[in-house]
Amino acid sequence: MTASLSIRILIASSLMLLASCRDQDGGFAPPHEKRDQPVALVLLEDGSPHPTVLAQDQTVTRGNGEEPQTLDPHQAEGVPAANILRDLFEGLTTEAPDGDIIPGAAIRWNISRNAKTYTFYLRRDMKWSNGEPVTADDFVFSLRRAASPETASPSATMLLPIKNAREVLADELPLEDLGIALLDEFTLQITLTGPTPYFLGLLTHPVAYPVNRRNLEEFGDEFSRPGNLVSNGAYALGDWKHRVSIELEKNPFYREAENTIVDRVIFLPIEDMSVEVTQFRSGALDWTNEVPNNQFTWLKRHYPDELIISPWMGSYFFGFNLEAEPFVQNPELRQALIFAIDRQIITDKVTQFGEQPSFALVPPGVEDYIPFVPEYADWSQEKRNGEARRLYELAGYSDENPLRIEIRYNTSENHKKIALAIASMWKQVLGVSASLVNEEFRVFMQNRQQKVITQVFRAGWVSDYNDPYSFLELFRTGDRRNDYGYSNSIFDAVLDEVATERLRARRARLMFEAERVLLTDFAIIPIYSYVTKRLVDQHLQGWRNNVMDHHLTRYMFKLKSRQAGEAVVEKEETAVEKEETAVEKEETAVEKEETAVEKEETSVEEEAPDTDMAVEEEEQ
Amino acid sequence: MRQEGILQHTASRLLGLIPTLLVLITIAFFLIRMAPGGPFDGEKILPPEIRANLDVKYHLDEPLIKQYFRYLGQIITLDFGPSFQYKDWTVNELIARGFPVSLTIGGLAMLLAFFLGTLIGIVAAMRQNTAVDYSIMGVAMLGISIPNFVVAPLLILLVAVYAGWLPAGGWDWSAQRMVLPVITLALPAIAYIARLTRGSMIEVLHSNYIRTARAKGLPEYLVIRRHALKPALLPVISFMGPATAALITGSVVIERIYSIPGLGSYFVQGALNRDYTLVMGVVVFYGVIIILLNFIVDILYAWMNPRIRYNEAQ
Repeated sequence: MTASLSIRILIASSLMLLASCRDQDGGFAPPHEKRDQPVALVLLEDGSPHPTVLAQDQTVTRGNGEEPQTLDPHQAEGVPAANILRDLFEGLTTEAPDGDIIPGAAIRWNISRNAKTYTFYLRRDMKWSNGEPVTADDFVFSLRRAASPETASPSATMLLPIKNAREVLADELPLEDLGIALLDEFTLQITLTGPTPYFLGLLTHPVAYPVNRRNLEEFGDEFSRPGNLVSNGAYALGDWKHRVSIELEKNPFYREAENTIVDRVIFLPIEDMSVEVTQFRSGALDWTNEVPNNQFTWLKRHYPDELIISPWMGSYFFGFNLEAEPFVQNPELRQALIFAIDRQIITDKVTQFGEQPSFALVPPGVEDYIPFVPEYADWSQEKRNGEARRLYELAGYSDENPLRIEIRYNTSENHKKIALAIASMWKQVLGVSASLVNEEFRVFMQNRQQKVITQVFRAGWVSDYNDPYSFLELFRTGDRRNDYGYSNSIFDAVLDEVATERLRARRARLMFEAERVLLTDFAIIPIYSYVTKRLVDQHLQGWRNNVMDHHLTRYMFKLKSRQAGEAVVEKEETAVEKEETAVEKEETAVEKEETAVEKEETSVEEEAPDTDMAVEEEEQ
Repeated sequence: MRQEGILQHTASRLLGLIPTLLVLITIAFFLIRMAPGGPFDGEKILPPEIRANLDVKYHLDEPLIKQYFRYLGQIITLDFGPSFQYKDWTVNELIARGFPVSLTIGGLAMLLAFFLGTLIGIVAAMRQNTAVDYSIMGVAMLGISIPNFVVAPLLILLVAVYAGWLPAGGWDWSAQRMVLPVITLALPAIAYIARLTRGSMIEVLHSNYIRTARAKGLPEYLVIRRHALKPALLPVISFMGPATAALITGSVVIERIYSIPGLGSYFVQGALNRDYTLVMGVVVFYGVIIILLNFIVDILYAWMNPRIRYNEAQ
């Protein structure tokens, strides 16, 4: 019959199509399961990899979550855009692989005695990706642009520590009044409203990156498009296929171009985490942005060396609406609900990703800060449950008169599972009858902000900068993000002191005190501290885990694949090495100062290194 | 006379497009703005100064009715405005980039579905109530009922991850990246068209004029080709109008799973992000496409079905 014949033809031709595709591309990337192992890493004396172990093709493909909204550093928002911008641009300061703040465009800086005036000395040999020199004027121009009401930058919040920034943003003062002054071609001065110890860290944020004035004048709103964009970082924008890929090419004019090994970075916007995993397995990705929670066990078994889990600068918690019943003036009830949750079960059985059970607001790993640990953290769960029941009854509830509340969260599988776990723990321990309410994200956020119908709701915070203040600020009376309705004059007063304190140690103590007040008021339900989780190909080296999860591609390099014969010996070597790196990681905290000094020495060329990065006293 | 009737019909249908679109725009415009939250509401609340600047920049500070007429004014010049979310691009550019991709994948899938579907359907109809018929229809039922978010990952796992024949996803206009998404999209449509064709073909084959044709001694394949095919395809044609519109404007699921930069995700992304201009842009665009395709189906129908004639009085 004609019909069956043409079916056969169709099948045959589609098979041919498959076959021909396969030939064209040399069989694509082979399935990851069959992928080669890298050779052992051999380092030169200066810490850079030995040329003989490097792969020929130094192209890194990174999964990057969503499509970035824009590559205008002053307009960009969100993690995906920031990942790309960190490769494209360099601020006055930048980050080392382990997240330490190190000199970037500025080779050194002085901080005045009152910690409010920063003088930055720029490198004299810096160039834009079009070969023009980078000068202090570029930074003055760019910071003003970022703070301009006309730019309406969504990240301008980061600039608020700068003197007059708020007034300039509100269009009450002209741009020239922003606390930034050009001293000479390679020197600029930034004046702050108050001492802001994390200010050097803020300068690594995209909103503080320089944009090329002429580039901007020439192309206007379209300056950040491929072919137009001029940048000053390790890479320049190559091709941007919208929602397909963003390709960066090595910037030959970058100050460290000689030491930058990866010459091409491809960022792929892959929104679905499971898709990322399949892409990684098929060999199309070197680095995933994330991995889905529900595949943890499987990944751990099949990709133990590729799966990387590391603490992140974020906390996951639930909030109480302290302005509405039943939580107003009812610390016993809140305490009971906080105690009755077994966090270990949530992280072990529900989220399952090595998250750290948390009893505080500020996550561990924040620079120079040890979070407050409430007393019940050391208790057994039985003791907590017992205490919870006592407090629950004290608050006037019982089996006959149980608490009925709603747990609200934005629609997401993960939030749902956690809310469900919490509800059943409350039910089991206290007899609370909790119902789950899920809402679309924007609806949820609006309900949170209105503080009318919310009772217990999903909350959480991932900070843009490495400082506890970012977390504590959320609970200040009247803060627009204070969806909890928390208000404590002591807490506010301590935060006010933090804002003006210039001594790091005393400032850390004050923040500790603020966190203590907040937690002993039982204002939130801490659940866990976030971790970053991703798959990284073993060939890709040179990066380090860091709490901000910032990974500049310029530090990375790709090892070549191991030949069949040498497998056994090297396996041992890599194992040893791995232990070493683990030890190193632990030591980093201790070594931090040393490495900072070292790093500066390596990057400084002509100017005498002013190795001490800490405050250098200077009369104003 | 018949020619003239179709022309008139065409003109009136095209004019009818305008009020339909206007209603669509109005409803969509107010619906998306009624949804709680705005494009700039997120977990990181912007300071009032910054928020005010943004509102001014995007005219969100104006009364709603003024925004509405501003938008209508824009639409007339075919300008959908800048996207709130993808700040480097205008909505026109986003559609211009996304649509060719969706059109290619959706169009190929529809072609595949049409030819394969009708073929399978005809075969099944000719072997009505035999093992061939049952197995084809059984498989077709499976094709309809297995959702593509199951088929797609399975295909990726088998063809891309285990066998390594095709890439797991991504987009570069090459044939090898189109194969899996086109197949995934086409499967349910193939199944549906096969069932439709089979049903109507069986009906047609039982009609009197087919019996006459057979009685004249025509070979069976000529009976099918000359007499049965056209009327049997009528229900398929009317199914294909909206189905094609749905396929060529992109599928969110397919785009997510295969990382394809088509138009489909803009519907969802735009709505979730309250990207007002993007949502409006794709809704209007989708509206135009579906109206046009229904219109084409009408014309095809008239051409294929001797029972439908416009302006019969003339």
